[in-house]
Amino acid sequence: MIEVLYFAWVRERIGVPRERVETTAATVADLVAELRGREDRYAAAFADTSALRVALDQGLADFDAPLAGVREVAFFPPMTGG
Amino acid sequence: MRVAVQSAAFDLGAEVAAFTDSVIGAGAVVTFTGIVRPDGGLTAMEIEHYPGMTEKAISDIAAQAVARWALADALVIHRYGSLKPGEAIMMVATAAPHRADAFQAAEFLMDYLKSRAPFWKKEIRAQGEAWVAARDEDEAALRRW
Repeated sequence: MIEVLYFAWVRERIGVPRERVETTAATVADLVAELRGREDRYAAAFADTSALRVALDQGLADFDAPLAGVREVAFFPPMTGG
Repeated sequence: MRVAVQSAAFDLGAEVAAFTDSVIGAGAVVTFTGIVRPDGGLTAMEIEHYPGMTEKAISDIAAQAVARWALADALVIHRYGSLKPGEAIMMVATAAPHRADAFQAAEFLMDYLKSRAPFWKKEIRAQGEAWVAARDEDEAALRRW
């Protein structure tokens, strides 16, 4: 069981800020493929992963990063702070 | 070093005065303030963030700046929530023995906060809302460090 968080337009497209996901995905990319297959709103949010960033347990990571031991995954667009 | 992520407005003058008073061994304090630009028809700027990661990311960036420029101290305040044009979004302050280090560290902090701290801005106008897109220049700005 993994906690998945969405921010900004990813959150708006999927329609929830966070959810618990039952998954055996080995990597972030595998998890994205699983989510994409769920419903159109996920497919829309994950259509182009080059437009997305991912954080694992609150640290930036790559889409090929392994999920073993990870409790929290967050998906969001490039950040616009400052 | 202090990092504050808050929805409340901050008192720029009081923050700078307190920072300057508390700092030991510095000959220079540089401050930067980011303000919601009153771009055509903007009624509000909504700032979303990732509680927990935001504080961690900013603290990491600030610690890097302190180490790299041997700063006497650093301060970062960043707001979230709904802000009106003209309101201060954020500020950084850096203190160093000499001004060059304080200026450079402040620029480094700003460049990194812009694209490595988990904030997202949405512009609200009478005609509608739009997420602010990250700019290639912001990513390019990191390469000089």
